[in-house]
Amino acid sequence: MVITVVGIIRAHNLFAVVMLGSVYSFLMATVMVILDAVDVSMTEAAVGAGMSTVLLLAVLHLTKTREAPLRHKPYIPLFVCLLTGGALVYGTLDLPPFGEANAPQNQHVAPYYIENAEHETHSPNIVTAVLASYRGYDTLGEVTVIFTAGIGVLILLASGLRRRRENADPLQDPKDDAI
Amino acid sequence: MMRDTIILRVVAKLLLPAILIFAFYVQFHGDYGPGGGFQAGVAAAGAIILYGMIFGIPAAQHVIPTTVVQVMVPLGVLIFAGTGVLGLMLGENYLNYSPLRADPGDGQHLGILIVEAGVFITVASTMLAIFYGFGGLADEADAAAAEEGEE
Repeated sequence: MVITVVGIIRAHNLFAVVMLGSVYSFLMATVMVILDAVDVSMTEAAVGAGMSTVLLLAVLHLTKTREAPLRHKPYIPLFVCLLTGGALVYGTLDLPPFGEANAPQNQHVAPYYIENAEHETHSPNIVTAVLASYRGYDTLGEVTVIFTAGIGVLILLASGLRRRRENADPLQDPKDDAI
Repeated sequence: MMRDTIILRVVAKLLLPAILIFAFYVQFHGDYGPGGGFQAGVAAAGAIILYGMIFGIPAAQHVIPTTVVQVMVPLGVLIFAGTGVLGLMLGENYLNYSPLRADPGDGQHLGILIVEAGVFITVASTMLAIFYGFGGLADEADAAAAEEGEE
């Protein structure tokens, strides 16, 4: 994964960057499988590696495939990234060891779900039971987020399409633009 | 886009049913194995997008028209929220599916299936709508480039 990240930073051909991003997502999906989170892994493989790659390729079709030269020095973004990364790593130092039974996240509602999910929802997959039933509000929120994001992107794309059509229309009076 | 490549066309035709079957397997088997509406929706949309990339977006829009996609985007959210309201009307909390069937467990199970279907519809159609949107822009750009080339 480190190699792909270095590759993404070094590469100037955006096509290669998109493909390396896809490789990174697949590696991330394998990490999720190792952590026994198969549902998350499937989502990462499908959305991260599949769908975003396709959409980014569609965008590349519209733009140039070479990276534009930098107009300013990258030191301030680098500083912000290092600071955020450092803060996140510092935060993980306080987390309990992975898989520890006494950890707070394994003591709170998780035992209840494991004991009761099957006979309360008749669904042997606890992940699905938690997602769709116990945490139904969260999932409804997620779907609403996808809905809202989709509508937003569609409106942006539609307005771009319309502007392009108006520009391409030779019959239109150019004075109308003054409005 | 890549209509002339026979290898791509044949392989895509072989793969498409498998992808769709897998998507519906993930969808309806989600309560027994890994997966659910999100993953299945993305996989199903991926099948249509693959078809659109190889056979051209008009062909994909012939299979699933843009109007259908635009209806499906809010429909999924409505199914999800409507299931919650149904639970409310049957005398339980919002998004509690127990009263949908006589046995509370069966009700929860049925509710999960309905809700996952809602998630599937919204996720798949949103992906498709965005793909159609970008594809429309790309086709316009291609047409403009072709016109400039002719001039």
